[in-house]
Amino acid sequence: MKEKNDYKQAKRYGMVIDLDKCTGCGACMVGCYSENNVPFKADETNKLDSINWIRIFKITNDKPYPETETCYIPMPCMQCDGVGKHGHPPCVSVCPAVATDYDYDTGIISQIYTRCFGCRYCMAACPYHARKFNWWDPVWPADMEKYLNPKVSPRMRGVVEKCSFCFHRYQQARDKAYLEKREELAENEYQTACAEACPTGAITFGDLNNKNHAVYKLKNSPKAFRLLERLNTNPKVYYLTSKKWVRRAGDNYLTHEEPGKIKNNMKEHH
Amino acid sequence: MNETPLIPAGVKRCSKWQFSLWMAAATAVLLWGVYAMYLIWYKGLNQTNMNDAYGFALWIWADLAVIALGGGAFFSGFLTYIINKNELKNIINLAVVIGFICYSSALLILAIDVGQPLRAWFIFWHANVHSMLTEVAFCLSCYFAVLTIEFIPLILENPRLDKKPFLHHLSHNMHGIMAIFAATGVFLSFFHQGSLGGVAGVLYGRPFAFREHILIWPFTFFLFTWSAAAYGPCFTILVTKITELITRKKLVKDNVIHLFAKISGWMIITYIIAKTIDTIYWAFVTAPGFGFTLMDFYASSTYNIGLLFAEIVICGFIPGLILITKRGRENSFLLMSAIILGVIGVSLNRWVMVLQVMAVPVFSFNEWYTYMPSWQEVATTVLPVAYGIIVISLAHRYLPVFPQEKELNPID
Amino acid sequence: MFPFCFEWAWDISHIVFMGGLWYALSIIGAGMTFAIVKSVFDCAGHDDQDHGHH
Ligand code: SF4
Ligand code: SF4
Repeated sequence: MKEKNDYKQAKRYGMVIDLDKCTGCGACMVGCYSENNVPFKADETNKLDSINWIRIFKITNDKPYPETETCYIPMPCMQCDGVGKHGHPPCVSVCPAVATDYDYDTGIISQIYTRCFGCRYCMAACPYHARKFNWWDPVWPADMEKYLNPKVSPRMRGVVEKCSFCFHRYQQARDKAYLEKREELAENEYQTACAEACPTGAITFGDLNNKNHAVYKLKNSPKAFRLLERLNTNPKVYYLTSKKWVRRAGDNYLTHEEPGKIKNNMKEHH
Repeated sequence: MNETPLIPAGVKRCSKWQFSLWMAAATAVLLWGVYAMYLIWYKGLNQTNMNDAYGFALWIWADLAVIALGGGAFFSGFLTYIINKNELKNIINLAVVIGFICYSSALLILAIDVGQPLRAWFIFWHANVHSMLTEVAFCLSCYFAVLTIEFIPLILENPRLDKKPFLHHLSHNMHGIMAIFAATGVFLSFFHQGSLGGVAGVLYGRPFAFREHILIWPFTFFLFTWSAAAYGPCFTILVTKITELITRKKLVKDNVIHLFAKISGWMIITYIIAKTIDTIYWAFVTAPGFGFTLMDFYASSTYNIGLLFAEIVICGFIPGLILITKRGRENSFLLMSAIILGVIGVSLNRWVMVLQVMAVPVFSFNEWYTYMPSWQEVATTVLPVAYGIIVISLAHRYLPVFPQEKELNPID
Repeated sequence: MFPFCFEWAWDISHIVFMGGLWYALSIIGAGMTFAIVKSVFDCAGHDDQDHGHH
């Protein structure tokens, strides 16, 4: 909630996920688990108290064979810019202890684990269910502890965590650039683990404000849309699809409404 | 000192063993709750049936409900000390005791509900002034201090304590400036009752909860304050009636009850009209703007449209109409029905504004979320009830809670 | 909560919110101080008289 820094050109890191390419293999999830030391349970049957920073939803068009179609939607934290594009995501202003914050340099929403006291108000606020609570103390099978990523702090019981767009990788890249006396990061210097893990190249990551980054062009494609856009959450994760029904499933529409043809009627405010 | 009795002069109380038995029963329930509380603090929130979709559940409802029901304290303080409705002096003590119980319970439940209780002070220290929850935490704690201050003079009126000159004067002096404390209490209550409504109303990611704003406050802010003032008195009257039933004597004169009921009735009617307008605007303007129809929010078998009807008509207009008519509130059956419906109504509203918000799917491809509290959650929610019974029993036995008791029940 | 906490900013939100809070706390504090101090004086003044009358 601090004042806006006036960096000359702020970044808006974002992602474009091509749903036509996603096969639902789950490599992004595995990559994320190991990159970010995400804890798991011995029995993961109940997904409602599992922790995952990116997870894959499977949707179908509800039509009988042979018209049945399936689509997989990988969903990280959408890093919402929020109402009015002023760094006011649904989950940030609600946190009573400033344990989650909007970073004006990158547009990334942070989560400060040692500050969070677990009231879970942010979880109630996030329509994407991107926020996960540590219902248990994290435990890893004995040998696995040796493989934890030393760049990412593990979390404790009783706090909320969520996708950070691998912020530690951004920090590392910045450090390197600083030592090399550079201002700017190259596109491939900062990439998220999920984008790197995806075998079909469905996930593209970069600065949405930078005309030279792939995401800039992709997000302006006619196939692009965002999930639950009508709520004015302003997500920085875009999706591409060539299928009408997928596009329609990505938001809520009254029967007569057509996706892409709706005027946003909400006023912008702080 | 031993010659001064503990029990106030001029009133009759049940025998010691009868009282002990009663207290033992309440304490047993209390201990069950304390055990559950210990489990939760020791083992963590995995002892509950909450999950990532239901991050707010039974406890948050319990919090909102007890605070609404405890609203009788600030509203009677407002009526007595600020508008000078002097008759209400005869019921305000009880309202304060109830308020004290409700608010201490709410604070306790919050302390159980957070994942890292030892860090709970961060909400004050690292306060985010933009969060409704911060405002709730601050006003709640401050108002609890006010309620304690309002409760102290009553405690000091116990004959044995009153003997001590300092305490005697303290009680007298605190009474003298009670209007100031009451006014502060009203100010604080206005904001925290409202902020509790704001907690849901600001969630623009949750179309079921989100409401349009006036300045920085969503409509639910005003509706919550209003409904607490409207329905809080119903709970105060209900507890009075229950106490009268258990002690088998009349404790408050009818004209006092009727006056309080009448004010409550008018508050309920005006509130429910405002609530109806809010609901219509939300159903036909706000929600469609997000792509939802009203029936999308009531498409589950648990959360069906009957709930809305029950809240607005059965537990809103009906008790309101009964209480504003002289015939209605003076008929004891109708009066009792109205206050019970009122208490259910406000609890239902709080339930809907917490649990239904979590249950409604926001993604078009999601199912409704379901939740059933674990026994630990139930036990810790019952704990405040047992605690309340204990405090009211002690207060009634040893303190002059009801100023009219002597006159209504002369002992010869 | 205090100006020395690092998330504090001298902006309108903090001034209004914390202003309201400290205002309410001061009234509560001043009221209680007054009642206690006055009681101490009342006790001293009435030491050799009968207690128990308002
Ligand atoms: S997806 Fe959820 S957690 Fe992520 S920024 Fe948006 S509201 Fe916050
Ligand atoms: S759970 Fe943590 S991050 Fe979320 S609102 Fe509460 S304190 Fe803030």
